Amino acid sequence: MTAAPGPADEALIEVAGVTKVYGSGPAAFPALAGVDFAVAEGDFVAVMGPSGSGKSTVMNILGCLDVPTEGAYVFRGVHVEQLTRNQRALLRRHYLGFVFQGFNLLARTSAIENVELPLLYRGASAAARHAAARTALEAVGLKGWETHTPAELSGGQQQRVAIARAIVTDPTLLLADEPTGNLDTRTSREIMELLCALNRDKGITVLMVTHEPEMAGYAKGIIHFVDGRVASDTRREGRS
Amino acid sequence: MLWNTLLLALRAIRRNLLRSFLTTLGIVIGVSAVITLVTVGNGATRVVQDQIASMGSNLVVVRPGQRMGPGRDSAGAPPFKVADAEAIQSQITGIEAVAPAATKGATVVYMAQNWSTTITGSTSAYFHTGNWQLAAGRTFNETEERAGKAVCVIGETVRRELFGSRNPVGSELRIKQFSCEVVGLLSSKGQSAMGSDQDDTIIMPLRTVQRRLTGTQDVNSLRVSVKDGLMIERAKAQITALMRERRKITGNELDNFNVMDTKQIADTLTGTTRVLTALLGAVAAVSLLVGGIGIMNIMLVSVTERTREIGTRLAIGALEREVLWQFLIEAVVLAALGGLIGIGLAVVVSAGLAKAMQVPFLFNPDINALSFLFSAAIGVIFGYFPARKAARLNPIEALRHE
Repeated sequence: MTAAPGPADEALIEVAGVTKVYGSGPAAFPALAGVDFAVAEGDFVAVMGPSGSGKSTVMNILGCLDVPTEGAYVFRGVHVEQLTRNQRALLRRHYLGFVFQGFNLLARTSAIENVELPLLYRGASAAARHAAARTALEAVGLKGWETHTPAELSGGQQQRVAIARAIVTDPTLLLADEPTGNLDTRTSREIMELLCALNRDKGITVLMVTHEPEMAGYAKGIIHFVDGRVASDTRREGRS
Repeated sequence: MLWNTLLLALRAIRRNLLRSFLTTLGIVIGVSAVITLVTVGNGATRVVQDQIASMGSNLVVVRPGQRMGPGRDSAGAPPFKVADAEAIQSQITGIEAVAPAATKGATVVYMAQNWSTTITGSTSAYFHTGNWQLAAGRTFNETEERAGKAVCVIGETVRRELFGSRNPVGSELRIKQFSCEVVGLLSSKGQSAMGSDQDDTIIMPLRTVQRRLTGTQDVNSLRVSVKDGLMIERAKAQITALMRERRKITGNELDNFNVMDTKQIADTLTGTTRVLTALLGAVAAVSLLVGGIGIMNIMLVSVTERTREIGTRLAIGALEREVLWQFLIEAVVLAALGGLIGIGLAVVVSAGLAKAMQVPFLFNPDINALSFLFSAAIGVIFGYFPARKAARLNPIEALRHE
């Protein structure tokens, strides 16, 4: 299992001197060239930047899907870069929730079974899974849609199911990778309001990659990436 | 954790019902082919065994002449006498019964019906050595044997031809110049292993046949029933030695009689069907293997097709070994389901085939259990490689997969 998380008064996430180099030798490509920032618990941060700026790479590292080449990524006092693949999987299972641009729901599977999926890996009982999945679906406004398969749901509804799947385990950190990228403006706003509500009411820390300034506007702060570095951080500017 | 993984696998199978069914089809066909061929083969073996058993178990037949089989040349070889039978009975140990038999073809008449059949004269031991059961009436007794009375026991075919469905016991048959009382009816034995109708027969006391039909004291064959199957070789050797002595054959002179036993025939004939059954079963087992490769093929396609799904599972915290187990269990469940369906299909097909081929349907639990375990093992073997491929996917690349 993962090491016990540190005290809550520290920053939830601390990234220090993180670099990421893909490939080696002359073909080596530095995706991240020394990144430092921190995210406090309960924050809602949007990550922006042109393609190739390293924002996806940093999200993969924050999501414990990848490890930095150099530098430290500390999640609640735990040095993620020192964990094994299995330890990182367990950390994701217990503390993280993921929302993807393409929803990534299981096809031909009812909404409730999709939402139950992370609980299956947690070994929860059938009754507990059902109850938690119903509550999560209700929280995203899909009460009554439990038995519908993704094909029977609109894009916005599918993303709501995906958000329900991400929050059903009561994660500490929700990572959203372009959550509104496949949705129209009206639906995008609904999804953003849902994320804001989850951040506000449940205290879930949200990190979101987006390239739409309007959606980024819902966040409490925006970090801009350019060429693998943090170009600007509105939270720092706001404080100073 | 294992139960949850099983649940995940079952849900994945249910999501792709048609593909899952097509995947198992190879296993279904393989398993049902193996079981059907072995079951029908065992039925055929049983038929041969039954036919041979109906000739009489542990039966040794001694006949004059060197060659056995049809077209036997017994010219010049002296026939046996009743005394030869008595000598075997008294001088050789391990003998259960000896029946001297004299046969003669004759036409028998009842009312307006007549029928040509073979009449065998023997002692009541003949019913034991020939493994005959009575359907009605009785066999003849010792008094009737000694007196050479005109009594007879008839086979099912003779009954059918002369009496139809009536009970023949107590009726009088006319054979040549004498009439003969039917005292018993034999149970049907059907065809012999050689294809002749064993029920086309009339049995009467030896003395009656010798006096009224053949007119000699000769005996055509000696039918010896040996107590234990294991002693049959020894009994045959002793009978040969005794007969050589009684017929005054010395040194290098060849026997002018032959001794053969039903066990020899049984071993040869059942051996053939057993080898055929094993051969066909092996061919069917190859198709089971091909079915396994089919499972691997589909599982590999499935892993590729479900790459994003695997990426999602890994992202939300599935461990490598959990993904491995899920795909492995999927493969095993598919293979085992195929095995079960195959067993069901095999029962139906082999029961139908057995009926069509007129062999008994022998449900063999061993081959069914073995085929089922074998198909599950195929699931493990051919499911492992695709499952490992799925478990080792990089979640980032898997999530990006189109």
